[in-house]
Amino acid sequence: MLAILKRELKAYFYSPMAYILIGVFILLASASFRFVIYTGIVDFSSFFLNLRVALFVILPILTMRILAEDRKTGTEKLLLTSPVSLTGLILGKYLAAFFVYLIMVVTTFVYQVIVVAYSGHVSAQTVGAYVGLILFGASVIAIGVLASSLTESQVIAGVVSFVSVMLMWAIGSAGTYVGGIAGKALKWISIIARFDNFTRGIFDVSTVVYYLSFIFIMLFITVRVYERRRWTKG
Amino acid sequence: MIEIQNLTKKFGQITAVDNLNFTVEKGEILGFLGPNGAGKTTTMNIITGYLSSTEGTVKVCGHDIVEEPLEAKRHLGYLPEHPPLYTDMTVREFLYFVSELKKVNRRQARGQIRDIMELVGITHVSNRLVNNLSKGYKQRVGLAQALIGSPDVLILDEPTVGLDPIQIIEIRKLIKALGGEHTIILSTHILPEVSFICKRVVIINKGRIAAIDTPENLSQNLRNFTKFTIKIEGPDSEVAKLLKSVDGVQYVELAGYQDNVGSYVIESSKDVDVRRPVFHQLSKHSYPILELRSYDMSLEDIFLQITTEEKEVV
Ligand SMILES: Nc1ncnc2c1ncn2[C@@H]1O[C@H](COP(=O)(O)OP(=O)(O)OP(=O)(O)O)[C@@H](O)[C@H]1O
Ligand SMILES: [Mg+2]
Repeated sequence: MLAILKRELKAYFYSPMAYILIGVFILLASASFRFVIYTGIVDFSSFFLNLRVALFVILPILTMRILAEDRKTGTEKLLLTSPVSLTGLILGKYLAAFFVYLIMVVTTFVYQVIVVAYSGHVSAQTVGAYVGLILFGASVIAIGVLASSLTESQVIAGVVSFVSVMLMWAIGSAGTYVGGIAGKALKWISIIARFDNFTRGIFDVSTVVYYLSFIFIMLFITVRVYERRRWTKG
Repeated sequence: MIEIQNLTKKFGQITAVDNLNFTVEKGEILGFLGPNGAGKTTTMNIITGYLSSTEGTVKVCGHDIVEEPLEAKRHLGYLPEHPPLYTDMTVREFLYFVSELKKVNRRQARGQIRDIMELVGITHVSNRLVNNLSKGYKQRVGLAQALIGSPDVLILDEPTVGLDPIQIIEIRKLIKALGGEHTIILSTHILPEVSFICKRVVIINKGRIAAIDTPENLSQNLRNFTKFTIKIEGPDSEVAKLLKSVDGVQYVELAGYQDNVGSYVIESSKDVDVRRPVFHQLSKHSYPILELRSYDMSLEDIFLQITTEEKEVV
């Protein structure tokens, strides 16, 4: 697993991919931060909500190659005939994308330093929002890894994960409109609606568990996809 | 070392591999010969655990590839049809990655990679990006990759494809030298390659074993007759009769006749050379021989024969 994690991290930084995505993320984050500062909103939640929208696009692009490329170029034959378990393989791939994402998140600490210097304290709301941001991103990456396992086309993988995330968003929004028990259920399903709670400073252990389970299920399905493919692929 | 029992693989309606049974002993080099689509690659993919079989079992060093995949894979090195290379790494980096993947001891990895690069002749390109190598060199890196961790069993799918004639000879020698220490299964279309490298050959056709034997026995059994074409001046019925009367000639056929010159196809049993008696017989009657050519048995002939006379050969 460690070998795969290392190799994937290198691969991200050998190609311009990681630099471009991190660059775009920083650009959007600073634009958002500027907006927050200018409007003088003390509530920081809109900053995180904007980041979230940026991630809708950035994370599917980050993850689309992760398994599809190996399938296309045939390197999966090396990986799948090596003494590495499927779980180790997929976890290694997943963690590589997750680390690149963590780098993105860490760059935004710069803004928090500015805020702390200004306000004099670290707000609990910010800490909560960061935990939420990381968990949310980790979940989107898990969706992306699953999507990438389904096809040898990176483009299709990217589109599938983008559409899936959009669908999650739609479900969450629908939940707000519908209201009542049905609305609650819809919001419960949506990984995106859950994130909103964090930005409002509601730190909820059950939500953390929810995200972790979601990631686990996505990766578990990915492993199953590979097990099943052993019967059909050429 | 490798035990294959009742191995069958179906892709939907297509049966790519049909009830294969064979074993490979320690240190043996087994040739896997067959025409396109015979099921060689499919079989190798199953042996290495990349594909699952529909039926049957594969054991590598006593470990079932399905039940104990990690144990079995620890003993395997695989060079697939298209070498699986990460083109964004240098040769050296790639081989380091593979040795981590194969869980080679860190301290051993360095020396081992150096030796392997020397062995397959890629030391001078070790710092080049894999992407920028020629096809033949990529093939060599693929072979190097399979050798990492010095696995007991090597599965090589057409290892000399894409190499130039000199490299082909080198790589064949190399593979031959690897036998003994490693147990090797090697697939190919090329008959001389098999007879040079392998002690035993499995010929498969349409997913089934058509023959298992040593290369020598195979070509002897297969050539149970010799075939010539011969051009002779003289009346065809007369000449044909004379040819048939020669001892050892089993079959005569007139292939063409023009201006008193006939071309005939002659078959004789493989242990008799009929060329001299034919000459004497014809010269006695003053029918001049204008041309004599022997038919060499091509791989296609052998496949043809094996697939039509399966039972006889086995
Ligand atoms: N994924 C797949 N789906 C359907 N059929 C397949 C698949 N993979 C292989 N086949 C079929 O299985 C048969 C055996 O193919 P295989 O690649 O094993 O042949 P081969 O002996 O390696 O041929 P070659 O000499 O051309 O490499 C072929 O008829 C092929 O079309
Ligand atoms: Mg093949």
